[in-house]
Amino acid sequence: MTADRAIRVEGLVKRYGTMTAVDGVTFDVRRGELFGLIGPDGAGKTTLFRLLTTLLVPDAGRAEVDGFDIVRDARAIRARVGYMPGRFSLYQDLSVEENLSFFAALFGVGERDNYDLIAPIYRQLEPFRTRRAGKLSGGMKQKLALCCALIHRPSVLFLDEPTTGVDPVSRGEFWEMLARLRGEGISILAATPYMDEARRCDRVALCDSGRLLAVETPEGVVASFDGELYALSGRERYALLAAARAEAGVVACYPFGAEHHLTVDERFDPAHFRQHLAEAGFHDVELRRAEPGIEDVFMKRMHHE
Amino acid sequence: MNEHEAVISVRELTKRFGTFTAVDGISFEVRRGEIFGFLGANGAGKTTAMRMLCGLSYPTSGSGRVAGYDIVTQSECIKRRIGYMSQRFSLYDDLTVLENIRLFGGIYGLAPGAILRRAVELLGRLGFRREARTRVGALPLGWKQKLAFAVATLHRPEVVFLDEPTGGVDPVTRRQFWELIYEAAAGGTTIFVTTHYMDEAEYCSRVSIMVDGRIRALGTPAELKRRFAVGTVDELFRLLARGATRSE
Amino acid sequence: MKRNGFWAFVRKEALHIVRDPRTMLIVLGIPVVQLLLFGFALSTEVNNLDFAVAAPHRSEAVRQVVERIAANDCFTFRGYVDPAQIDRVLRTGRADVVVAFARDFDRRQAEHLRPGGEAAAGMGAGPAVQLVFDASNPNTASAGAGYLRRLLSDGDAAAGVEMHLLYNPQMKSAYNFVPGIMGLLFILICSIMTSVSIVREKETGTMEVLLVSPVRPVGIVFAKMIPYFVLSCVDLAVILLLVRYVLGVPLSGSLAAVVGISVLYLLLALALGLFISTIADRQATALVISAMLMLLPVIMLSGMIFPIENMPRILQALSCVIPARWYIEAVRKLMIQALPFSAVLREFGILLAMTVALVGVALRKFNDKLE
Repeated sequence: MTADRAIRVEGLVKRYGTMTAVDGVTFDVRRGELFGLIGPDGAGKTTLFRLLTTLLVPDAGRAEVDGFDIVRDARAIRARVGYMPGRFSLYQDLSVEENLSFFAALFGVGERDNYDLIAPIYRQLEPFRTRRAGKLSGGMKQKLALCCALIHRPSVLFLDEPTTGVDPVSRGEFWEMLARLRGEGISILAATPYMDEARRCDRVALCDSGRLLAVETPEGVVASFDGELYALSGRERYALLAAARAEAGVVACYPFGAEHHLTVDERFDPAHFRQHLAEAGFHDVELRRAEPGIEDVFMKRMHHE
Repeated sequence: MNEHEAVISVRELTKRFGTFTAVDGISFEVRRGEIFGFLGANGAGKTTAMRMLCGLSYPTSGSGRVAGYDIVTQSECIKRRIGYMSQRFSLYDDLTVLENIRLFGGIYGLAPGAILRRAVELLGRLGFRREARTRVGALPLGWKQKLAFAVATLHRPEVVFLDEPTGGVDPVTRRQFWELIYEAAAGGTTIFVTTHYMDEAEYCSRVSIMVDGRIRALGTPAELKRRFAVGTVDELFRLLARGATRSE
Repeated sequence: MKRNGFWAFVRKEALHIVRDPRTMLIVLGIPVVQLLLFGFALSTEVNNLDFAVAAPHRSEAVRQVVERIAANDCFTFRGYVDPAQIDRVLRTGRADVVVAFARDFDRRQAEHLRPGGEAAAGMGAGPAVQLVFDASNPNTASAGAGYLRRLLSDGDAAAGVEMHLLYNPQMKSAYNFVPGIMGLLFILICSIMTSVSIVREKETGTMEVLLVSPVRPVGIVFAKMIPYFVLSCVDLAVILLLVRYVLGVPLSGSLAAVVGISVLYLLLALALGLFISTIADRQATALVISAMLMLLPVIMLSGMIFPIENMPRILQALSCVIPARWYIEAVRKLMIQALPFSAVLREFGILLAMTVALVGVALRKFNDKLE
């Protein structure tokens, strides 16, 4: 076990009956890295988190967290990781303070022992100290949950979809906090269904149906997109979609925000394409080369599966 | 039927709860066949506003018309001409696909014959024929969402209200879902989407952004980005929402 | 878990209970309401029975007996009827019971009053007095019959009727119900509330956080049990006070023994709740399991309402695995029959064995994994 790995996963498998939730996953997270697990619901993210936090036992493969084996050394791992599962990991009927002091006692530390670590986050919560957690806004709940997960200064932090259901402003703030924690030497594994959050991470793993499609830096993921990508726009969006798909050289055409994205092969000729569409009655069509994003890569890899 | 006719029109709509003004004099119009994105942070007043449009709650002041009917005096007529789908609840997991279609068709007063015809047509269109007798709970999330949308439009409503419809699905399924929405819009159905995911907003023909109960921006995504000199609707939203004084 | 961690946990559980005033109200209110309901309103005591009299001769002796019955609060005299009409009278509801005197009632009564007459009366041809009841409600009928017989046998009245009512000479039904209610309530409070509170944490996801912490599952379990145990002890005290001072049950036996066996039963109920929480994933499931698996059997099979001796053999056997049966039996012996603790050693032993077994199984099932 090399000491510079916070998490090491090798061929991890977890089955529920006939369903394979995690299907031979291999990756590692370096110390002090902010690692994103990006994929839709049902991709196996939560199961992977539960395996790594020793809540589940794998059917095959092995994994280490902070140098400890997830099956043999479950106790040791539990003492040194922080975990924020899903959406509700707080006691809604307890106040902000009460939640924090409970989790501090749970991990056998004083509330003030690691205050320096949580102070920048907790300061925003301080005005609501006596408010019940259930009465906080989504963003505030998230911050409190993060404080509770950090209270014992874990070496590895597991965050399962911490930003789901939170508005964009709070989401942005939340990722900024994570970036700062990484500076404190805490390794973070965070799952999210939002592709646009990938760029906040040092490295990401794209996952779908229990498997990893890619493990890369965000830039590396985008650079791995081979072939050309075009953006197409026009007023008759729906009709345009069908018309574009019928053209020669168009591999895939899908809505992408206000535009449609086209992945193409060598037979594609932009001039011909425009002309054909004009002949079909689409007069306001715009076609331009586009830079691929993580989502384009994700879709392309999914198609290849 | 005119393409520029307003299907939803709202004037100075206000809702107060005690001293708290949840919705503060909003005015806007949505035209037939538009996909209108109704954006705002948690607590900005989106849900309250949408409830008034659906005839589920009365405005404190102001007026509005949906599908040609007054939201105060004719809410029953409105309910029959709109469809509604939310991420949280739309279908019964323990009923089969066909049973769900029958149930909601019945709720909206379609005749059994008509329900069956539309069910067959709908299942064919979605490619769900073989799953007609599968329980909805056993379907993948993406399929459920597509089915939920199809069920919400079964009675051919004039307006469909979508409450954060596509959270958590994979990008491919999400696009298939938006294609369904485009198709419905192209067929003349007006789509009203509330969401706080800004990438979703880029798919809309026009968006409004609500902050603290008021509409702070209204226009096509391209217009707004130009006007506020930002690259994405996400940036614009943060710009506006940073000044928000209340949450949830 | 460190000791301060444990007490932080207990404090947290206590806060959950205090923060939910509705649950508090139910937990502390139910015993009072139930006891008062069963004690006063829902008694199986006989009240307001209408009786008619069929007597071939309205002799002085007959009249005396009728007056004595009519003088009792429970019975209202509805007049004399023709002996041939008894059936009709009962069917039409004019009376709930007809007291039919034999043709030779006067003679037999006179013989009965003579020294040594009892033996002769016992050999008489047929009964001197017949009680004909509308038994469509058998409870009322049998209770009424018992009461009437006692009235008739009072003093010098009827021939050859002798009856003793032990332990509950006024036949007050509250006496019988108190142990039953205690058996039911503690299951309600301890089992349902602990199981729901554990399952709620599974549902909201906080259980995952607790498990991924240095706490041992045993610590979680005991920390959860303590506040509910305390709450149940408060309930126990409330019930005993109500029973003694409001219902006026004498609590003639050893109070310490009643409290002792009740505390054991509380622990058993807590263990049951814990066991349920290991089976159920959702609060609703926990509630349904508690209700179906515990409330109904407790009500039906524990002897709380229906006497166990009257059940078919298979149900009698089944009732043996229901803890409430043994508890109720023990409390009856201690509280109402005033027997010493040594009389309930068997029940105590059975309850103890059940508790140990349940705690063992539940702790084994409640592991620190999610599977």
